[in-house]
Amino acid sequence: MTPPLLTLTGLTKSYPGVVANEDVSLTIAHGEVHALLGENGAGKSTLVKMIYGLVTPDAGQMVLNGKAFSPDKPSAARTAGIAMVFQHFSLFGALSVAENIALGMENPPKMRALAQQISKVSDQFGLPLDPSRIVGDLSAGERQRVEIIRCLLQDPKLLIMDEPTSVLTPQEVDILFETLRKLRDAGTSILYISHKLEEIRALCDTATVLRRGNNVGTCVPRDTSARDMAELMVGTRLHDPERRDRPKGATVLDVKNLSAASHSAFGTSLKDVSLSVCKGEILGIGGVAGNGQDELLAALSGEIRTKRGMISLDGRDVGHLPPTSRRALGTLSAPEERLGHAAAPDMSLMENAFLSAATRKALTSLGFANWGKTRGYADEIIARFDVRTPNNQVAARALSGGNLQKFVVGREILQDPDVLVVNQPTWGVDASAAAAIRQALLDMADAGKAVVVISQDLDELLEITDRFCALNEGRLSASVPTTELSVEKIGLMLGGAHDLETANV
Amino acid sequence: MYKLEKRPNPSNLWAYLTPFLALIATMIAGGIMFWMLGKPPVDAIRTIFWDPLFNEQFAAYSRPQLLVKAAPLILIAIGLSIGFKAGVWNIGAEGQYVIGALCGAAVALAAYPLEAWWIFPAMVTAGAVGGFIWAMIPAILKIKLGTNEILVSLMLVYVALELLSSMSVGVLRNPDGNGFPGSRNLQQYASAHNAEIWQGSSVHWGVVAAFSAVVLAYVLMSKHRLGFQIKLAGAAPKAARFAGVNPHVITAVCLGISGALAGMAGMFEVAGPAGQVSIDFASGYGFTAIIVAFLGRLNPWGILAAGLLMSLTYIGGELAQFIIGLPASAISAFQGMLLFFLLAGELLVNYRIRRAAPRTVKEAV
Repeated sequence: MTPPLLTLTGLTKSYPGVVANEDVSLTIAHGEVHALLGENGAGKSTLVKMIYGLVTPDAGQMVLNGKAFSPDKPSAARTAGIAMVFQHFSLFGALSVAENIALGMENPPKMRALAQQISKVSDQFGLPLDPSRIVGDLSAGERQRVEIIRCLLQDPKLLIMDEPTSVLTPQEVDILFETLRKLRDAGTSILYISHKLEEIRALCDTATVLRRGNNVGTCVPRDTSARDMAELMVGTRLHDPERRDRPKGATVLDVKNLSAASHSAFGTSLKDVSLSVCKGEILGIGGVAGNGQDELLAALSGEIRTKRGMISLDGRDVGHLPPTSRRALGTLSAPEERLGHAAAPDMSLMENAFLSAATRKALTSLGFANWGKTRGYADEIIARFDVRTPNNQVAARALSGGNLQKFVVGREILQDPDVLVVNQPTWGVDASAAAAIRQALLDMADAGKAVVVISQDLDELLEITDRFCALNEGRLSASVPTTELSVEKIGLMLGGAHDLETANV
Repeated sequence: MYKLEKRPNPSNLWAYLTPFLALIATMIAGGIMFWMLGKPPVDAIRTIFWDPLFNEQFAAYSRPQLLVKAAPLILIAIGLSIGFKAGVWNIGAEGQYVIGALCGAAVALAAYPLEAWWIFPAMVTAGAVGGFIWAMIPAILKIKLGTNEILVSLMLVYVALELLSSMSVGVLRNPDGNGFPGSRNLQQYASAHNAEIWQGSSVHWGVVAAFSAVVLAYVLMSKHRLGFQIKLAGAAPKAARFAGVNPHVITAVCLGISGALAGMAGMFEVAGPAGQVSIDFASGYGFTAIIVAFLGRLNPWGILAAGLLMSLTYIGGELAQFIIGLPASAISAFQGMLLFFLLAGELLVNYRIRRAAPRTVKEAV
């Protein structure tokens, strides 16, 4: 048998205060799709940055094709045959596909020859892409194809993909997987980073699981249940959120033909959105990022004011009211962007508790802040939602993303809203905390409150919502009971999936 | 290799320490500058910081002057600091100061020679309203048209200065002044004179207003919801919108408060130490107050201390010009150094310097 493509032995990397990787070893064979699985902060990114030459390990060896390998910069790794597709794209929107690809090359060929190469590679691997199109007009999935083709033109031995499906619709994911399988069959190894277990089971041959910087096990995903992998990843037994049948009450929040412009020049305006939520119900809103999620939350929270008659709460017209009045009437929200939108980064947790709870928790008298009471409320959030922080005087920016998310969601839930709107409630939160947040949302619905969950995590929506609708380019689809849904059907509802067909080879 | 690393929490220790370090660094760098100008550095520094307070010959005159100069600086800087906290940059306090003085003086001159108790309160009100209205021009333009308040407020300073010249040779000119430019001297008009409250203390009503403004600003910014909203609007505009803060209201409130306080400062000055509306009435308090606001770290108590310190460098600077012949521009450069070192020191509050082994972490391409 030929030697493996890449062997890592005892890789260790520590930063001040944290060990990102400790004695990690793994082997990637030729023509294998190898999954690197772990929660946020488990050390996946550090590990691949070492392979790609962005970070130098403190200890350990890497052997590539039987030769010692220690790249000191990404170009050295690329020369050795390693390519990487980052989660965040580095493309210029004003340039064409071919021009963008030429920019990343050391010796770009003539534009026409390059365009031919691009078409050839895109045909060969089923990545439909026109080299002359302007990148600014492409969808997220198409942009990712540009990055992938850029890598493939280097003819890599190992392709590293960092969370590639986080921006894709299910259909785009299928196209991507088709491509990756073709690549594997052509002999390229793929290191696939993800925390989405079903994807890994569908695609990968081997999986290495990282937890807190350590390699805690290797498994064959096809023969391992998603639950077992998740427990390996988290290290504890997971509790599924309990979902009870509950009676549906009267309609609380009713949105009719809502149209509103975005605050941001690059935002998506809402177009003719209608929805309604009843007491004791969780409405899920899916959609690929940037299709109006932020704007919908802003319209419901009062940050964007709408014309009269578009939004009503308990039969009362509220669309023209500012956030403070909406809160007083019982609508609370938790925006997606934790740092800077839901919380002020440089202010303490105490001040951030005051930020949205001043009205409902009566933290002021005659306009004067009652900081003692505010501190008490901040401590209550910290205790009830298990926020890991030394005390309530710590600046919000000092908390990890997951901890701050628990604080933000907790801050709203503990104000006992009648309607709660959350956007990406568990994004970047570790599995056990995510389960706790989802449970808290279910408990709210059990208590007869209305909940709107905007999320890009379809599994989450399937798990906790009662009805589902999809946002696409600022329009909202009609809602469907979640129990009647399959992932494929959701994908079609998301609708934004352009050119669904895989290219014919 | 050293590198800067952002602190997870701003350092309290450095926040208190940097003003003092900045002061020491200014003395050193200023000393070097004075030495290069051929002046004795230690003497110059002592003349600036020590003699105004403790020199037997000069202190009797300089010490009361300290409050007279500090009061307008503090009053204006308090107003500016509230706006700066919110990210509303009123650079035109000098103009609001001049308009406040013109409005206050105009009320007095209109009432002359009537003696009545209400004249002085009416002047204070007119000064505040004048400054407020002058500051509302950039506020309304910003709210309605999205103009930049820095440019508009700064440009309005020059408009105000032209108005000042025109008034002092025109409408407000002293009819008994033999054609000289300048208004009647309000010091000689009892109902309008912003006189010393206690004989020999040099404490006039402007000093009282400045100290009250410090206390009220402290209460507003750290105890009141509006103060919280102002800070939030500056620290995280999106979070402020989420919290229900209307940015237009904040813009108007901040420019309004700073304009009214600057206008009051101008009125206290024209009715007291200056005495009359004259072409050279504007002496740069409105600009120096910007330095005072930052020197005091935008904190009311800090501004109180910074105003006194800045006033000391003014009086000491005059003494140094007089005694050892330092050029006036060297004094200005010295004051500039103070701000420079203070802002540089600010870095240490939010960042720390770490020794880094070369090339450990490189950011993604």
